[in-house]
Amino acid sequence: MTLPLTVLGGYLGSGKTTLVNRLLRAADGERIAVLVNDFGELAVDADLIEAEDGDIISLAGGCVCCSYGDDLMTALLQIRDMDPAPDKIVLEASGIAMPGAIGASVGLVPGIALSSIVVLADAVNLPKLLANSYLTDTIERQLAAADLIVITKGDLASADVARDLIARAAQGRPVVDGAEASNNLILAQRSARPMPEPHGAFHHTKLLSCEEPVDIEEIAKGLAGDPTVVRAKGCVLSRTGERTLLQLSGDNWTLSPAPSEAALGVVVIAVPDAS
Amino acid sequence: MTVTLYPCRKIITMNRARPHATHVAVRDGMILGAGTLEELSGWGDPVIDDRFADKVLMPGLIEGHCHLLEGALWTKCYTGFFDRMDPDGVVHGGCKDIEAVIARLSAALEKNPEGPLSGWGLDPIYFGNVRVTRADLDRVSDSVPIGIMHASGHIMNFNTPALEAAGLLKPGLNHPGIPLGDDGLPTGELKGPDVMTPAGVHVGFGRDMLASDAAGMRAFGKLCVRAGVTTATDLAARLDENAVQTMLRVMGEPNYPARIVCHRFHHGVTPEDLIAQVEDLRDRSTDMCRMGRIKVIMDGSIQGFSARVRAPGYYNGAPNGLWYITPEHLETILREAFARDLQVHTHTNGDEATQLLIETMTTILSDRPAADHRLTVQHCQLADQAQLARLSKLGACVNFFANHHYYWGDEHYRLTVGPERAERMNAARTALDLGLTVGLHSDAPITPLAPLFTAWAAETRITASGRVQGAHECISRAEALWAITMGAAYTLKIEQEVGSIEAGKRADFAVLDADPETADDLRDIGVWGTVQGGRIFEAAAL
Repeated sequence: MTLPLTVLGGYLGSGKTTLVNRLLRAADGERIAVLVNDFGELAVDADLIEAEDGDIISLAGGCVCCSYGDDLMTALLQIRDMDPAPDKIVLEASGIAMPGAIGASVGLVPGIALSSIVVLADAVNLPKLLANSYLTDTIERQLAAADLIVITKGDLASADVARDLIARAAQGRPVVDGAEASNNLILAQRSARPMPEPHGAFHHTKLLSCEEPVDIEEIAKGLAGDPTVVRAKGCVLSRTGERTLLQLSGDNWTLSPAPSEAALGVVVIAVPDAS
Repeated sequence: MTVTLYPCRKIITMNRARPHATHVAVRDGMILGAGTLEELSGWGDPVIDDRFADKVLMPGLIEGHCHLLEGALWTKCYTGFFDRMDPDGVVHGGCKDIEAVIARLSAALEKNPEGPLSGWGLDPIYFGNVRVTRADLDRVSDSVPIGIMHASGHIMNFNTPALEAAGLLKPGLNHPGIPLGDDGLPTGELKGPDVMTPAGVHVGFGRDMLASDAAGMRAFGKLCVRAGVTTATDLAARLDENAVQTMLRVMGEPNYPARIVCHRFHHGVTPEDLIAQVEDLRDRSTDMCRMGRIKVIMDGSIQGFSARVRAPGYYNGAPNGLWYITPEHLETILREAFARDLQVHTHTNGDEATQLLIETMTTILSDRPAADHRLTVQHCQLADQAQLARLSKLGACVNFFANHHYYWGDEHYRLTVGPERAERMNAARTALDLGLTVGLHSDAPITPLAPLFTAWAAETRITASGRVQGAHECISRAEALWAITMGAAYTLKIEQEVGSIEAGKRADFAVLDADPETADDLRDIGVWGTVQGGRIFEAAAL
C-alpha cells in the first residue's frame, strides 16, 4: 500500500504552519503525519501531545509531527516505516524550496505517492514578494507548481489583488480562499482535482468547495447568471446524495453523473470583477 | 624549554617588515623569531636542527575553503580526468576516457567483489561531453551495485543493480533530475541531492554527503601534510553533537597535523537555533578545532546552472538558479551574528546572490555598525568591479574559487556565462586594487587540495585547454602566495596567530623543495611536508 503525500509549499510567512495546525486539529480520527522543516513556530496544543521523542511528536488521535531539518529523505523513510502506518503525509516545504521539485522527488520513494501540491499565497505579502526582483521568479515557480493555490490572510488584504497576480503567475491554477481549506480539500488526490485550464486573458480560476449536498440547479443558475463567469466545471453532491458533474460555459450548463473518484468542488473561471 | 633553531636555504616569512630570513627559532610550538643565526642566538642555547638546510620554508599554507570529505572520499575509487594524489601519496592517473573509467572500476571491484562499489571524481565534460550510462557501468558488473559521484558533486552515475536497489528502474518516472533513455527507463545519471542521496546509500555513500568519519579526518590530515597545509577549513558542516565530539577527539590526537576551522551551515535549523548552537560551539573550540563560525549557503553553482545570476542570465539560456535561503533569514542570521561577533562566510556564487548580500549588509550595518565583522564572501565568482568596491566599503573579505579557471574555465566561456563574464570571473586583481583581502581556494574535494596549484591558477588564469582567460585579472606571484597564507588567515580571523613566520606566531611551516618566489611554475614545487605547532611531519614518512 502506498502512502499519499501532500506537499504544502509557499513562501516564508504564507501561513503554512497555521494551516498545518488546522489540519491536525481537524484530523478527526485520520492519522496524519506532518513533516515540518523545524518545530520553530509549530504551536501544537500541549494537551494534544502524547509523547515527544527527539524529532517526533506524537499527538492524540494517532497524528504525528516530525521535523526533518536538512535530511528530508531520512525523515520520510522513518514516517513510512512507522507502525502503525499513518493514513496520510503532509510535507511542509521550507519557504524558499521549490514544491514542484520536492513533489517529484518524494514520488520516487518506494511506498510513498505524491498526492498533490498545494501552495499558499498570502494576500498581504504576495504583491510585495512578486515585486521584489530577487524573488519574483522564485514565487512564480512556486505558484506554477501548484495543483491548488490557497489564498491566506484574505481578511487582511484584498484577495482580488492576489487573484489577479496569481492569474498571471500561475495561469489556470485553481484558487481557493483559506477559509475554505478543509482537510478534504487540501488532502485530495491531484487526479481528483480539476486540471489547470490555461486561458489567455488572465481570468481568475476559483475553486468552489462543495462538501455538503446542495441544490445543483440553484448553483448552476447562479453561475450562469453571473456575468463575470466564463466557464465552470466540477463535481457536486446533490440533495439526494448523487455525485453530479456540472459543466458550464457562458449561460449554458449540463449535468451528468460524475465518476466516483472525483473530488467535490467546482472550478470557476471568471473575468476579474471590474468593480 | 628547548629552543630549536632551523637553518634553511630560504625562509619566506610573509612578514612585511622582514620578508626573508635564513633561520627560524622555535620553542614549545611557538616562533621565537626569524632572522640570522646571530640574531636568534639571544634566545638561549639552541638545538640546531639542520634537516631543512636545503629546504625553503613558507608559513604553513592555509586552505580557506575546503571540506574534510576529501579525506573520506579516498576509500572510494577515484575516476577523475586529472592525476590526483591520495592521502598515502600514491598518484592515481587520470581516466582519460570511459574505457579507462571502466578499467579502474573493474580493478577496484576485484579487490572487493562483494561490493557495493562507489567511485568519485568522474568528469564526462572531458570525454567530449558524452553522457555515461548504466550500460557503461554494467560492463563493470551487472550484479554488484555501482555508483560514481561526478567531480562537480552535483551528479552521480549508477549501474542497473544500483538503480534496482533504489527502486528507480521503472518506467513512468517524471523528474527533472532523472534523464530517461529511449526505453523509457533512467539512463543511470541522477542529478541533484534530492535524487542522488537516496540512491547513493545503496552504493556506500552516506546520507550526509558532506560529512567525514574519524578515518576520513585522519586521511584528510595526511593530504594537508602533502600539500604543505597546516590550517584548513571544513566549510559546510552540520556539526551535530556526534560530529563535534569526533572532531574534537581526532584533532586532539597528538599527531594530528592540521588545525581545522569549521563552519556550521545554516540548513535544517531556524536562524535562532543556529546562532545559539554556534555560540555554544565557539566556547568549545580548541587550538586545533576552531568552531563557532557560520556558513550561509545563498545559491547553487555556476556550472550546475543553479547559481543566481543577474541579467542577462546564463549564456546558454538556462533559467536562473535557486536561492537556498530567504532574504529574510539571511538578514536575521547576519544581524544576530554581527551583534554577537560570530563570523559568517557565505557561499555566494552568482552575481545576483552577491548583490543581495551587498544590499542586506548595507541595511544591517547602517542600522548597527559591526566592528571588524569580516564577513567573507566565498566563491564570489561573478562579482564585478562595482560589487567588489561595495564589498570593500562594507568591510567584507573575498575568497575566490581560482581553480575554476583551470578546471571549468573553458565551460564558463563556452556555455555558462559566455566570454565576457568568463574573463572577469574570480576578479582577484580588481579586488586587491580595491583594498579587499583576498583568499584563494580549491573547495576540495571539488578540486584537489593544493594551495600552490591554486595560487598558480590565480597567477596565470590558464584554462585546461591552455588559454589565458582574463589576463587583466591575473595577480602577481607574491600576491598569490600572500593569499594562501596571510590572506586566508585574515579571512578566518586567525591572522594574529598564523599565516606568517614571525615572533609570537605558531610554528606552522610549509617545507618546500624549491623556491616558490623564483620557480618557473608553482605547480612543480615539491612539498617535503610541514611543521605544525612545532611538530614535524614529513610527507614521505606518513
